[in-house]
Amino acid sequence: MSDIPSSHDAAVPIRRPVRWHIGIFLLPAFIVYSAVMILPLIETLRLSLFNTVDGQSTFVGLGNFKVLFGDERWAASFWNALKNNVVFFIIHMLVQNPIGVALAAMLSLPKLRFAAFYRTAIFLPTLLSFVIVGFIWKLILSPIWGVSPYLMDLVGLKSLFAPWLGRPNSALVAVSLISVWQYVGIPMMLIYAALLNIPDEVIEAAECDGVTGWSQFWKIKLPLILPAIGIISILTFVGNFNAFDLVYTVQGALAGPDGSTDILGTLLYRTFFGFQLQLGDRSMGATIATVMFLIILAGVSLYLFVIQRRMRRYQF
Amino acid sequence: MSNKARASLTRSSLVHLALIAYTLVSVFPVFLTIINSMKDRNAIFRNPMQLPTATTFDLVGYTTVLGQGDFSTYFQNSFIVTVAAIALVLLFGAMAAFALSEYRFRGNTMMGLYLAIGIMIPIRLGTVAILQGMVATGLVNTLTALILVYTAQGIPLAVFILSEFMRTVSDDLKNAGRIDGLSEYAIFFRLVLPLVRPAMATVAVFTMIPIWNDLWFPLILAPSEATKTVTLGSQIFIGQFVTNWNAVLAALSLAIFPVLVLYLVFSRQLIRGITSGAVK
Repeated sequence: MSDIPSSHDAAVPIRRPVRWHIGIFLLPAFIVYSAVMILPLIETLRLSLFNTVDGQSTFVGLGNFKVLFGDERWAASFWNALKNNVVFFIIHMLVQNPIGVALAAMLSLPKLRFAAFYRTAIFLPTLLSFVIVGFIWKLILSPIWGVSPYLMDLVGLKSLFAPWLGRPNSALVAVSLISVWQYVGIPMMLIYAALLNIPDEVIEAAECDGVTGWSQFWKIKLPLILPAIGIISILTFVGNFNAFDLVYTVQGALAGPDGSTDILGTLLYRTFFGFQLQLGDRSMGATIATVMFLIILAGVSLYLFVIQRRMRRYQF
Repeated sequence: MSNKARASLTRSSLVHLALIAYTLVSVFPVFLTIINSMKDRNAIFRNPMQLPTATTFDLVGYTTVLGQGDFSTYFQNSFIVTVAAIALVLLFGAMAAFALSEYRFRGNTMMGLYLAIGIMIPIRLGTVAILQGMVATGLVNTLTALILVYTAQGIPLAVFILSEFMRTVSDDLKNAGRIDGLSEYAIFFRLVLPLVRPAMATVAVFTMIPIWNDLWFPLILAPSEATKTVTLGSQIFIGQFVTNWNAVLAALSLAIFPVLVLYLVFSRQLIRGITSGAVK
């Protein structure tokens, strides 16, 4: 992989001057990207195979992974974080993406008034930082302020109110739904774009055949936007298994109550950086990062090599 | 026929109802925060839903925030980091995109794939070694560290989007430039860059949001008082003032404000960028 082209181009037998400008155009991006992103990534993967033994960095093979998966101090919190992360992802797939698709389907109806207004308003939370989103919801769900009990009273559901963020069995769902609230704009926009790209002739043909309304959506539009649904699924997957900020702002680095909202990102942060009395552990941090890398890589490969290949691409 | 018309009217009112309901869900929390930030403590608790009135209007939260937190420094840091990173992403990304889309050379596809890895694999996973590298080069607690990380993070998507757009720039134009004796650099800077300006704006907006909102890297690479960004600064400030509701609500409103203004200014650009299929 040479970024500086050779002077002998196989296709053109005539000797050409070295095209230095290609290298110069590529070099700044290549250097910054390699030095700050790719090399640290490789170094992190390498570090996961090393640990400090008697003050010396020693090659331990897959020893760190054995500790992470099996040692009683580590395994419990790792499997807990992984399980929570899977739940976090499932809630996004079951709530965020269907709502996103439904909103996009409504917005793309022809001749809908105020569509631009709805779009702008619904996309707004996506732009806010996790700090803002986390604290706003912490305040709204707080029993001290009483905004949520008041609102639930309006619809006669006051008795159902509970301090959801403070209870171990509901905190993870509450945090996931906050994240859904924030990110629903992304699937909405991508699906909206996909729906707008469906040519009018297809819709008109469907209408001529008497396929309208619901059945038109299910039978004509949905199959055509499946590639976009594939993209939002993989984006959700990568985003969820790399999430950290929202849990950190809502529940703190300990991801309480009682670790019930701990996901891989917060576990990585605590392990690598330390918190309170626990000292940061570079090797174990690198090990967790490697596990996250492998999970994300597996998801992305599954998408690229299986799902995307099988999906029919409709070309108009 | 009138039946059909009535059915479609019902359907469209149901659609509007659903959309209005969801719009309220997304805007209400922000609205609630802003109105309560301008009320006195009693009114915040007694009547959270009420707009500030002449008697309950109070800006004590804002004076606390502006007096206690060093928000002008935080704001300045965020601004420097975001602007510098976007400028570098656009410059380096456009140069690389031009090389990949304009010239045929050995390794072109490989280089394209190499730069595309970063679209899917998050840079965060390399944090352990990034921190190590920043410590080794003495860049910890500098804005340079953040700028470098965000530049690396933004380059993959920028190259991807910009090279798509540069393929559409006419070859005749570039060849006419070459015949007139323009160097390859002049062709890039004087002919191609001005033509892909709309795509650059799209990339700038996409790059800006995650940088401005990021908490992870400021927390790990630059947590010192002098280098805190607005996101980190408000996180810590709110953590300290958690019982002072006036201050917390005011800090949140101040943090929302720049995003809101930028969004209202750029929302067209952003939405057009997404819906034009830039992220296919």
